[in-house]
Amino acid sequence: MKLRGLTLDGHKSRPLKGLIRPVPPPAMLVLALDQGAGEAAAPVVRPGDAVRVGSPIAAGAGAATALHSPVSGIVREIAEHPAPRGAGRCIVIDNDGRDEPAVPAAPVDWRAMDGKALLGLVAEAGIAGLGGAAFPTATKLALARAAGVDLLLLNGAECEPWICCDDALMRERAPDIVLGAQVMLAATGAQRCVIAIEDDKPEAIAAVESAVRATDDARFEVRVLPALFPLGAEAPLVAAVTGREVPHDGWPPQVGAVCQNVATAATVARLVRDGRPAMSRIVTVTGSGVNEPANVEARIGTPVAALVDACGGYAATNVRHIAGGSLTGRMLVGDEVPVTKGLNCVLLATAADLPLRAPEVPCIRCGDCADVCPAGLLPQQLHVAARAGDSAGLARFGLDACIECGCCDYVCPSSIPLTARFRAARAREHLAEVERHRALEAKARYERHQRRLAEQAEAERQAFDAARRRAGGADPGGG
Amino acid sequence: MTAPIPQPPHVVAGFTVPRVMFQVLAALLPVLAVQVYLFGPRPLLLVAVAAVAALACEALALRLRRRSMQPFLRDGSVLVTAALLALAVPPTLPPGHLVLGVACAVLLAKHAYGGLGQNPFNPAMVGYAVLLVSFPLEMTRWPAPGDGWDAMTGATALDALRTGLRQSYTMQEIMAGPAFGRVGAAGGEWINLAALAGGLYLLARGLVRWHIPVAVLAGIAGPAALFHTFDPGAHASASFHLASGATMLGAFFIATDPVSAATSDRGRLVYGAGIGLLTWVIRSWGGYPDGVAFAVLIMNLAVPLIDRCTVPRIHGHVR
Repeated sequence: MKLRGLTLDGHKSRPLKGLIRPVPPPAMLVLALDQGAGEAAAPVVRPGDAVRVGSPIAAGAGAATALHSPVSGIVREIAEHPAPRGAGRCIVIDNDGRDEPAVPAAPVDWRAMDGKALLGLVAEAGIAGLGGAAFPTATKLALARAAGVDLLLLNGAECEPWICCDDALMRERAPDIVLGAQVMLAATGAQRCVIAIEDDKPEAIAAVESAVRATDDARFEVRVLPALFPLGAEAPLVAAVTGREVPHDGWPPQVGAVCQNVATAATVARLVRDGRPAMSRIVTVTGSGVNEPANVEARIGTPVAALVDACGGYAATNVRHIAGGSLTGRMLVGDEVPVTKGLNCVLLATAADLPLRAPEVPCIRCGDCADVCPAGLLPQQLHVAARAGDSAGLARFGLDACIECGCCDYVCPSSIPLTARFRAARAREHLAEVERHRALEAKARYERHQRRLAEQAEAERQAFDAARRRAGGADPGGG
Repeated sequence: MTAPIPQPPHVVAGFTVPRVMFQVLAALLPVLAVQVYLFGPRPLLLVAVAAVAALACEALALRLRRRSMQPFLRDGSVLVTAALLALAVPPTLPPGHLVLGVACAVLLAKHAYGGLGQNPFNPAMVGYAVLLVSFPLEMTRWPAPGDGWDAMTGATALDALRTGLRQSYTMQEIMAGPAFGRVGAAGGEWINLAALAGGLYLLARGLVRWHIPVAVLAGIAGPAALFHTFDPGAHASASFHLASGATMLGAFFIATDPVSAATSDRGRLVYGAGIGLLTWVIRSWGGYPDGVAFAVLIMNLAVPLIDRCTVPRIHGHVR
């Protein structure tokens, strides 16, 4: 299998110089109902309610996980607030600083539980994919269980530049990852677990290997992958580890694998060790815009400004805030946005970190984009179809297989914002599909209506004829 | 109105079109150097005239099309067109003729279709074709190496071969003529060697992929070797074809123009092989001194079809 992608400068050494730092809990926390998966959880508290550490404050629904209060205090309001994925409804909690737990910490006897019960436990704890997608872990594991997957694939690839929170976690808390993976194996019924790590993380590889040896669990294997962006994305990772391709319109359980981030596994471990739900995560705070780049552990809802303070404050003015790495990260409106379960990195970028791109010029069809596309697409052809609004062309050149990794943009000598164009084209195609669907429905409705009218007219005519025959009227044609 | 929010990715490699074009120009220097060594300063004059004419035509076209001058005049693409055309024509071609060729290349082949990135045909080869049909005499006679400024021109090796065979000379008699060198054409073999060196530089820098050059050379050498083996009296050897005419320049610099070439790896192989085969066919049975220009233009025509039939399998799709 040909692995395509980019070999990039990782910019990961500075935050990894020190250990993971705890961020002091702030006076006010903002918990977005949408933690990054695109759907909002349903609040179960009202303004004025008292909460403690671990109290449920919102129930999971669809792609949204349950939320728990990371501090003790009072719910101030439920209101619109800036969040990493745009403004949305958030639960705002005033921290009383006492950190009183809702229930005392107690280990869970997970070995005595069956898969279904474990899935319920994970769902209740609000555990979400910490790799960035924040999709409910329990839902993913349940689907994998139903599909009967054989392989649990723990993603420690962390291929994107600047991000190193998983690297720090693997170095410092590898036993947690292995314990969490054991719980996930039990929950899914998978037979083996591969922990995939890229070869630019020798310390992490050594730590995880020693944790696996210490558990003496033969189901585990540590797989070292080449450092290649975007190998940590789901489809390329499954291909690199298993040699199998995830169908473009499907997902990994169809080829017998389920992917979970290493940090998600560590959160599961914490859950079974002391009963704590998902209330914090590790975030990389990095870039030339911050004085002491570091990996920090912050409670969910902590504003980014508090993370920057914990890292020695800003080192520059005019800093761009980016949630994630330099290739797929999203611009943040500022440092008032809170930490969510999907926030793996805050890149405080100066102009020197991320130089502005040259003005766009026409495509010269050089094909550099196709050489690096992990999905095997021809972005140069897709671009022509996108510009022409050619739906058939977009389908033929495989728009649906694009994972929006940004590799084509990165290499394009014409500085064409290909990924943004493809994202826009995808949105347009989706809208057009919805429109087509609506038009078909309207057409069917209209045809039913016409049929009803015709039937009605026919019935009336027959009734009229019958009435006239009864009245002995003359045949209008006869005379 | 606020500025649009920057969209990911936030970082790019910074490899730009001008840098591509200027590296291609650098790779053409060995060819220019060998031509100057063989034929005196005339090739230099032609390259200079072509460059000035090309920039002037580009500026005129941009003005007529009301496009901004800055990015396009400086992208170097028009200089590559000019240099390729100037190095492909005989050094003895009157500069005025060359200006006509450049004007056709830039105005008709490039800007009439929408400028950079839009031309279905290789502009330099359109210019070459116009010159060849307009000035057949001047375009088919090359000076003998070492004659300098006032060179006597004569038929090229490829021409001499064709004429000789038609007049029933034996291959040995033909090859003993003044137009022939050790392997290929006298002088031409050195130009081909220089183009090969420049081409290998392009390959090493990743500016061209191996598919097109290898397919072109295989497309020429394959049938040549086959026919030479069965009928050595009527067909020149593969090595002669590889070391004559515009073989190497065509394989590495002309056929590889990405805008007018097929765009997938498999497509590039088909496209290149087509150019090689057509070049050999035109050389063997056609009436022109070399077949590269027409082979390239004909395969340009086939590019949309090739692109349609060679879409690679997409990850996660079953084909």
